Amino acid sequence: MKQILLAILFLIFFSQISFCGRVYMVKKNSGLSSIQAAINQASNGDTILVFPGVYTEKNILVNKSLVLIGKNYPVLDGEHKYEIVSIKADNVVFQGFKLIHSGVSSLIDIAAIKVFSKRNVEIKDNILDGTFFGIYLQKAVSCVVENNQLTGEGTTDQQSGNGIHCWQCDSIRIIGNSVKGHRDGIYFEFVNHSLIVKNISANNIRYGLHFMFSNNNSYIANTFKNNNAGVSVMFSHGVNMFNNIFEDNWGDGCYGIFLKEITDSYISGNQFRRNTTGIFMEGANRVKVKKNQFIKNGWALKIDASCEDDTLAFNNFLGNSFDVGTNGTLVSNFNHNYWDKYEGYDLNKNNVGDVPYHPVSLFSMIVSKNPSAMILFRSVMASLLDKVEKILPSLTPENLVDHNPYMKPIRL
Amino acid sequence: MKKIIKYVIVDIMRNKIVIAYTLLLLAISFSLFNLEDNTDKGLLGLMNIVLIIVPLICIIFSTIYVYNSAEFIELLVSQPLQRKHIWISLFAGIAIALTLAFVVGVGIMVLLYSFTATGLILIGVGLILSVIFVAIALLAAVYTRDKAKGIGIAVLLWLYFSIIFDGLVLFILFQFADYPLDKAMLVLSGLNPIDTGRILVLLKMDVSALMGYTGAVFQNFFGTAIGMGITLLVMFLWMIVPVSLSVRKFRRKDL
Amino acid sequence: MIIANNVTKKFGKLTVLNNVSATCNRGQCIALIGPNGSGKTTLVKSILGMVIPDSGFITFNDKNILHDWFYREQIGYMPQIGRYPENMTIGQLLNMMKDIRFKSGQASLDEDLIKEFKLPDLLQKRMRTLSGGTTQKVSAALAFLFNPDVLILDEPTAGLDPLASEILKEKIIAEKQKGKLILITSHILSELDDLITHVIYMQDGNLLFHKDIEKLREDTGEKKLSRAIASVMQKC
Repeated sequence: MKQILLAILFLIFFSQISFCGRVYMVKKNSGLSSIQAAINQASNGDTILVFPGVYTEKNILVNKSLVLIGKNYPVLDGEHKYEIVSIKADNVVFQGFKLIHSGVSSLIDIAAIKVFSKRNVEIKDNILDGTFFGIYLQKAVSCVVENNQLTGEGTTDQQSGNGIHCWQCDSIRIIGNSVKGHRDGIYFEFVNHSLIVKNISANNIRYGLHFMFSNNNSYIANTFKNNNAGVSVMFSHGVNMFNNIFEDNWGDGCYGIFLKEITDSYISGNQFRRNTTGIFMEGANRVKVKKNQFIKNGWALKIDASCEDDTLAFNNFLGNSFDVGTNGTLVSNFNHNYWDKYEGYDLNKNNVGDVPYHPVSLFSMIVSKNPSAMILFRSVMASLLDKVEKILPSLTPENLVDHNPYMKPIRL
Repeated sequence: MKKIIKYVIVDIMRNKIVIAYTLLLLAISFSLFNLEDNTDKGLLGLMNIVLIIVPLICIIFSTIYVYNSAEFIELLVSQPLQRKHIWISLFAGIAIALTLAFVVGVGIMVLLYSFTATGLILIGVGLILSVIFVAIALLAAVYTRDKAKGIGIAVLLWLYFSIIFDGLVLFILFQFADYPLDKAMLVLSGLNPIDTGRILVLLKMDVSALMGYTGAVFQNFFGTAIGMGITLLVMFLWMIVPVSLSVRKFRRKDL
Repeated sequence: MIIANNVTKKFGKLTVLNNVSATCNRGQCIALIGPNGSGKTTLVKSILGMVIPDSGFITFNDKNILHDWFYREQIGYMPQIGRYPENMTIGQLLNMMKDIRFKSGQASLDEDLIKEFKLPDLLQKRMRTLSGGTTQKVSAALAFLFNPDVLILDEPTAGLDPLASEILKEKIIAEKQKGKLILITSHILSELDDLITHVIYMQDGNLLFHKDIEKLREDTGEKKLSRAIASVMQKC
């Protein structure tokens, strides 16, 4: 009996060791001072612990299933020339490093960390500073990018790459990262079944979030702020966007979200604050926009006449310069929203206004025809025009109407 | 000169209309901030007051006051006083009294309820417009002897600046829709102090919408120190030019 | 002291002053007389700078009064119809005028008329509530208040009761004896008999004559001023 027990303990002990693998300590001025050397010595399942210091090793190639952990952010310097880390193995964990000065090129996409066609790679808790592309997943599956801080130094489109760039990926989780100063904060092309949660993408040169041909992804509780062109999403279906914040995206052709050719998607619980345009929809079909807050935007919504069968309900429109702008007749369904510009009454006290609300004002039509007319905004002339149009509607689209506008803001 | 300004202000304060004006502004701003559920809507309402009611009352009150002070002016002119000083004192007295009324009626409420950049700009624009429309009123009054005619001209001028001018702008916009008009619009807006004031407020209140189409032009102009300087200079000219024209006329006027 | 030189003034088509020239000197008491609408008040206002001549000029102590204003410190002016800010009380008006005009180091204020017209009892009254006579008293008091070298009185006794009229006359005589220049416009001639030294007669904007009163009496042989003038007018 005793022997059997000992045997079992022995087995457990041994299996434990083989599961953990060996641990390599990489330290400056020690026997093992190069990460690449450690990788070359290690075998699948080993752990490499890197101590603080500056490591200039050109390109580090991770071609085994290893756990690489940086202690107190050891610095990996790419000397403005190299792709710092290339991961070409499954089941790699890369955690706790500071990566600086990746190479910059207008021909190839040089990244700080690049994953090539692999599965189950985890990239966590790293700091990326002054990199061209940040974290680049190419044909990766089931990878995790979590709690990284990416700061680009780009000033023009050409001179900067994307923060988190995913191409032809599936089942990716991008959680709690912060991306600044890149071309696009988060960029997806042909990425499906992925989850993007609690990231902050701000002050990027082009888009905070940019994706196309990426279906069935969910974007939850992210913040997209002060990006030069806001957020642009195109040619996708099954997009879920919940509880995100789209803030301070200002400028001509700049949007909280630009939806182009998006179908069967659901946008709910988001906040759109102080954007030139909250949501711009072009060719968006069967998109539900519900329970969002539109606060102090130039235009809360701009809906192109190419949109069909979209539902806009239970949203709050507060302090927007214009609520809805459009360039033609619409077949979208507005219902049960709160519009702070609504001036109707509620005789039966059911909190639903008794007269319908027309969210497109004549002046917004004039401005969309003749942008310079904006200079007359909020003048007596402009409000006179709007008042006349309310009494004798002639130019504003007749079927763009909320039949059940709420009297008070909806609690969201 | 200080003494004359003092007597003009004392005289206006004795006049119940200015008190009524102050109370009216106070009532409007108080109710706007309390009836609306958010202060931004209150500010929006106040903006209309600042751009419409304030110029109207300033121009009409000042015109009537100048006519009603004919005796006072006559008395002063026969005294060892410079005519220029008499007229400028009259202008300063009315302007100070009306801006004071505005500060009490609107300024305090804005500071209490909406102490923001937009609120401060609104107060600034209100003060500047008050002074400008006093200046315009003085010009209208010095050129017409007849009181009824003078008041009529004052009302017409107000109508012109608050509605007719913008109608013309809209007309031009659509007539020349094919041309790039942004810069021309900037110049045009400088020809109307109410428009200039309105744009200054818009730049804070509706900055997101303004950045939309004409964004580049607006931002490039008003966003820079030079643009802002030019704007303030234009507003300043709108005060100085009518006053100096009216001084010139008054110096040669028979009483 | 005051010299008018070819002063012409038109209100629209109406010529109110036509090439008027006159010289007024210290110590004189000049009656400016003529029918209504003859241009007396306009001439007075021209001297005060309230009306600006179309052509010609006026000098005060050899200085052109155009664009000058300081000379008015030496003038006390009593208008024909005193018009004052309606909301002010007499007291406030007097205080304001002292405040504006009185400078320290100047000769003391002459408040004789204020006392004699018993204005201190009325200080709280507002200007708009005053009768025409009381307003005139205020005007007169203001004209003399600052001890000016020149007094310009436009119809001074019109509207005053006989008692006040007498007080004013006494005052004018007293000031004349101090060697001041006094210019009085009036159409009630008899009242002026014992005051004046010179007569300016105006009609339709023209200055018809400007004479020493003794000379006038000699020329016409009339003792009474009104008679003398009547006889001149017949000659014209």
